Amino acid sequence: MAAEPKVGVYLCSGCAIGESVNIDQLVKVASEENKIPVCKVNQWLCSEESVESIKKDIESENLNRVVIGACSQRFLSDVFRFDSKVLVDRVNLRENVAWTHKANDEDTQMLAEDYLRMGIAKVNNCELPEPFNIEINETVLVVGGGVSGMTSALAAAKAGSQVILTEKEDHLGGWLNKFYKVTPGSAPYTDPESSRIEELISEVESNEKIKVIKSCLIEKISGQPGDFTVIFKINNEVQSETLKVGAIVQATGWKQYDPNKLEEYGYGKLDKVITGIQLEEFIKNGSKNKVLNGKPIKSVTFIQCAGSRDEKHLPYCSSVCCSVSLKQALYIREKYPDALIYIIYKDIRTPAQHELFYKRVQNEDNIFLTKGDVSNLAQSDDGTILIDIDDTLLGEKIQIKSEVVVLATGMVPSTLIGEIESGEEETSKEKTLDGKKAAESAEIGAKILNLTYRQGTDLPTLKYGFPDSHYICFPYETRRTGIYAAGTVRSPMDITASKNDAYGAALKAIQMLYAAKTGKAVHPRSGDQSYPDFFLQRCTQCKRCTEECPFGTLDEDAKGTPLPNPTRCRRCGICLGACPERIISFKDYSVQMVASMIKAVDIPDEFEEKPRILAFLCENDAYPSLDIVGKYHLQYDPNVRVIPVRCLGSVNVVWIADALSRGFDGILMIGCKYGDDYQCHYIKGSELADKRMENVQEKLKQLVLEPERVKLHTLSIDEYKKLPGIFNDFVEEITDMGLNPYKGM
Amino acid sequence: MIDNSNSTNLSSGGQADLLVIGAGIAGITAAVEAAETGLNVILIEKNPYIGGKVAGFNQYFPKLCPPGCGLEINIRRLRTNPLVKLFTLAEVTNVQTESGKYKVNIRLQPRFINNQCTVCGDCVKVCPEKRKNEFNYSMDETTSIYIPFENAYPQKYVIDKETCKGTSCNKCVEACKYNAIDLNEQEKEISVEVKSIIWATGWEPYNANKLDILGFGKYRDVVTNVMMERLAATDGPTQGQILRPSTNEKINSVAFVQCAGSRDKDHLEYCSSICCMASLKQSKYIREQHPDAEIHFHYIDVRSNGLFEDFYNDVQKDLKVHFHRGKVAKVFKDESSGQMIVEAENSLTGNLMQNKVELVVLATGMEPTVKNLPVEKSLIDENGFFKNNGNGMIGCGVSTKPKDVASVVQEATGSVLKAIQKIKGN
Repeated sequence: MAAEPKVGVYLCSGCAIGESVNIDQLVKVASEENKIPVCKVNQWLCSEESVESIKKDIESENLNRVVIGACSQRFLSDVFRFDSKVLVDRVNLRENVAWTHKANDEDTQMLAEDYLRMGIAKVNNCELPEPFNIEINETVLVVGGGVSGMTSALAAAKAGSQVILTEKEDHLGGWLNKFYKVTPGSAPYTDPESSRIEELISEVESNEKIKVIKSCLIEKISGQPGDFTVIFKINNEVQSETLKVGAIVQATGWKQYDPNKLEEYGYGKLDKVITGIQLEEFIKNGSKNKVLNGKPIKSVTFIQCAGSRDEKHLPYCSSVCCSVSLKQALYIREKYPDALIYIIYKDIRTPAQHELFYKRVQNEDNIFLTKGDVSNLAQSDDGTILIDIDDTLLGEKIQIKSEVVVLATGMVPSTLIGEIESGEEETSKEKTLDGKKAAESAEIGAKILNLTYRQGTDLPTLKYGFPDSHYICFPYETRRTGIYAAGTVRSPMDITASKNDAYGAALKAIQMLYAAKTGKAVHPRSGDQSYPDFFLQRCTQCKRCTEECPFGTLDEDAKGTPLPNPTRCRRCGICLGACPERIISFKDYSVQMVASMIKAVDIPDEFEEKPRILAFLCENDAYPSLDIVGKYHLQYDPNVRVIPVRCLGSVNVVWIADALSRGFDGILMIGCKYGDDYQCHYIKGSELADKRMENVQEKLKQLVLEPERVKLHTLSIDEYKKLPGIFNDFVEEITDMGLNPYKGM
Repeated sequence: MIDNSNSTNLSSGGQADLLVIGAGIAGITAAVEAAETGLNVILIEKNPYIGGKVAGFNQYFPKLCPPGCGLEINIRRLRTNPLVKLFTLAEVTNVQTESGKYKVNIRLQPRFINNQCTVCGDCVKVCPEKRKNEFNYSMDETTSIYIPFENAYPQKYVIDKETCKGTSCNKCVEACKYNAIDLNEQEKEISVEVKSIIWATGWEPYNANKLDILGFGKYRDVVTNVMMERLAATDGPTQGQILRPSTNEKINSVAFVQCAGSRDKDHLEYCSSICCMASLKQSKYIREQHPDAEIHFHYIDVRSNGLFEDFYNDVQKDLKVHFHRGKVAKVFKDESSGQMIVEAENSLTGNLMQNKVELVVLATGMEPTVKNLPVEKSLIDENGFFKNNGNGMIGCGVSTKPKDVASVVQEATGSVLKAIQKIKGN
């Protein structure tokens, strides 16, 4: 049992706080109204002497809770950091009060006093988190033995981790085994390079920290990060032995877009139409190809974007095909110096230093680059292929005669569709590339990891079936903690980018395990040692928590009771917000804690005509925005009381009901943008909050209150200027509506 | 995090596992990812604020979300992690290798403001001097004591020593209630000892003054893409209103000039990788504020690689965005109308086309900063980019290659693992 709270309150009168509010009255709120034993004021609370004296108080008075009434929690967090046994709360008297409201005004004073009451209530109703203690297995499982997977495995092993690397084929190397050379990846970026895949394979196979398992699929992965149990299927036999791993890198790569669908380019119809991959194999292995049978070729035409950037096929660009065809054009130059080489393209996409390679190829003899769209291919009498090209730069149609046509086919993620077990690369008929449908569920994708998670067997995917992160700033944000995608499975990319990505994913795997060992959360609440506690005796098996958790944290037993997996958890509190029985809580964030803050607000009676608005602001974007409002000294209505929340999805409907029955006149919820381009840091927290508004409206109906009394807004961090308007307009609307009839009841 | 943004009392930077040079999106990422994996990190930044170039951007492509959102989370991660030591206004002057470790000398420019600053703002009210606002690419001015931008981190003022009159003025010192200003602070040098170094030194926009043929510096209505970001940003010089610079009026027509200095043997021979997407994104900024504006997009190839293609397709649906293939030859003023004329040539036909517009945006490229720093020359390639050769000196972000933000973050995250390998190897 944690010690009884012993609270010290420290108020700053600097930064205009002292000139704005009556600090003596605030002291009274603490020491008289709340019987706080230690309450001190300093006109410069963050000064060294002041902080030292707080530290002395903590020791001499045995304080275990400290309330700092000064600037926002977003500043001076290193200054107001005390002994690890002391729980600190910051009451924002500067940005939320002094800088944004009329000085020496009755309403401003009431606001400051309420914030102080809320801060005191908060520390009295929460405890320091105690980290979970789970034995963490630190082995990293890398799925996929291509260049990304091998790089990841080797990177982790060289950093000291034990690694298991699995590959579905009976040999490592993936696509690179088939390639003659690769596009240049280092200065001067002008010549195709050896992929050095054999060296990489032998380095991986001889590394004693890496256990390589070939011809291996994943039958099942159960458990949680730091404690996964894996069952493999090797040579089609499910193994009886299980293995423990801690984190997973999925580097299962890409599949070629099925060329059989490219009939319009003559594939399968005209026998000298081949894919770039067939050309690679031919060049690498000599004359095995029946089309390119070793006789000198007189002309070759590369058709770019064959099936990419095409609504009928892959709407996206496969990113590497331009450089790849330029490279293959050089193969032809090398092998058949007299051959004429045409490259038909929409745009040549050779970003960054690949441009230097493009320049080099442009300067080669016999290579002709033509912008245009291929409209038709036909066999001519002499056996060559006639290629009609529209929409050229000159605006005219041209025709090229070519002996061989090479299609630059695109990349499809291995996760998209098709049974990976069969080794087939076929795509079933109804499967759609419509981004939304693919994104709707992980189930649409190939079953590769076979997780026993309640929410599906694999990493959820985004548009077009890529299990990528939706965040630009956080490309390793994953909806399955401890499982990271790397390389072309997440997005079309070149070898250099795949290798970088492989390193990044391996680091995240290692980092996640490092955090779990001390019971800490990973991004975005990095370092948070709280985790949700379930009081299961009162659980009604409604399954809302297990369904709504964006990270698939909770599994279910047969009855539907949630089975927590703390290391999967990201501490957003969405489960807490979902639970109608209010049985989910964190030590330092709970239904009770926020309810006590709501209760602490002094509600003026109906005759005072002072409305009270409660505003739940997401601590990630909306709350920082409000700080910026403070920084600009923009003024807003003093009748609003703000409570920062971990995510709008963590707002429990009971808080709204409590607030309304306590006499609050209106409630605002402000969180991150949701929808296709969501900005919510927990994937769908604000969206869930919006969905739950239906329940809220139901509650309002029961209470015979206007539905407009509760409103949800979304806000980007840079839209801070909108906030004062949102507050002011809402207060006005509520005032017009009339105060809450339950006031004082 | 220990914030050493004021470091007057420091004689040495001490030791650490890792030194991260540059606190833009790459460096911040490397530092937080390393610290969250248990490394002791020293993070240094030459500017008085962290966030680098992205801190000045209005939105990221393709989501059109504000960079401040991710920076907020990352700065929170930095702030709350005790393993990171931050120095701002800090530049590397020398790197020495000593038995597998690096001894690095760092020059600290004076901020003239100590940790007692509460950003109350009293100093700004009395400061009589002005400086050009570099954060806004000199499109406006601030007082000599200034905060780089409202949400800057560290939240502390800084004094521009070029324009401040020092103790002979002393007005700010008198106004400051917190003894936070020391006009006598001196530049100083400290040294740190680390096991690995990540060069996350980023880029500078290619100097548009070298593109005089495109009218930059001659005409106010010719701006660069980075300036456009500031013009569109709520905390920018125009509070986010995109207006014609010469008249401050609504814009009816805009031309984006792609590859302004990139893919050009006389300037940058490589492709800067992100400018196509940046301009497509900026066409959306224009569209949002000026629904009727005609937008001309002059390009050689539109490089919206990978899934960015969706964004390009979306812009193409806007019938008032006109795509013209061909490199722009020159930009000049039509004296009668005062508008800008963009002259482009079709590389095949040699035909010239002219577009008359009110605003020209030059999509200037990225030039790596690392080539001007004290790095062993063998680690720098012909174009000035950092070559990763597998030792304890690691480049990441735009120091190795022009790339978009997500790719920068991927590489920065991975670079931490390279550092760990080196550190554990010792």
